[in-house]
Amino acid sequence: MLSQYLPVLIVLAFALVVAGAILFLSHVVSPRIKDAVKQQVYESGINPQMDARLRYPIRFYVVAMMFVLFDIEVIFMYPWAVVYNQFLSQGAFIFWEMVVFLGILFAGYLYLWKRGAFQWE
Amino acid sequence: MVELILFWVFALLAVGGAFGVVVHPNPAKSALLLVLTFFALAGEYVLLMAHFIAIVHVAVYAGAIMVLFLFVIMLLNVPEETRTSRLWGIMRYAGFSLAIILFAEIGYFGFKGFQTAYVQETDLGTVERIGQALFSKYVLPFEIASILLLVAMLGALYLSKRKLEIVGDGKAAPAGKKAEEVLVEE
Repeated sequence: MLSQYLPVLIVLAFALVVAGAILFLSHVVSPRIKDAVKQQVYESGINPQMDARLRYPIRFYVVAMMFVLFDIEVIFMYPWAVVYNQFLSQGAFIFWEMVVFLGILFAGYLYLWKRGAFQWE
Repeated sequence: MVELILFWVFALLAVGGAFGVVVHPNPAKSALLLVLTFFALAGEYVLLMAHFIAIVHVAVYAGAIMVLFLFVIMLLNVPEETRTSRLWGIMRYAGFSLAIILFAEIGYFGFKGFQTAYVQETDLGTVERIGQALFSKYVLPFEIASILLLVAMLGALYLSKRKLEIVGDGKAAPAGKKAEEVLVEE
């Protein structure tokens, strides 16, 4: 069973090697000139005026929150899709289960939409 | 044998990452170290034959929850911490003795667990078996999960809406008017 994860492990190893090699090479090869101009933040030739770390508006947080919720919704569909054919031979119950699940969430989605949760106010 | 090596690699990554999360002065970097911890824990779940949990751990925790954490860090604009000594007097001794008791407990039960713990080759944690259980025996909890998500949706909306107006004297919404109508949209 675990041997099926070998490709995943190989991909992870490759990712680490490639990312590490790129970081290492750019560290070794790149020239480092330290003067006032080179150390400045590059912003398309415009001189920076203030700190780059601004406080983000809370509306970004709403988007992230909605993403988390719908992400969890989709996670539930994953085991559902795997066993769907198996259960379908015993009737359409499996189909209606997911319809109810999605229906409740879709009602919430419509409500959010109506309330303007996706509006960029 | 391979399992044992992988266990130790993931275990060291998880504990090292978690330690980094706590001690790193830059909050954004500690959030990224938490991603490393999550990935290492997902590896441990795979070794425990909990395949579905491993996938959920990567997709939901390392993916979605971490986005949320990073957003909170950016939202609050947490500056890099500077280390100051805030341990004083009796607090220091109380903290140290509690930590020693905690580590002794973890060590004791961990050691006891290590002696008996082993994982059988099982398919209980596969996506297929989880699906079979979830859509037959546990179908009601599954549907209730959708209501839980719905509540979370509404909660997020009400907590983050900018224009929230208190009607009347601010004590309660007037009769016949639901709380949601207090919310004023642009």
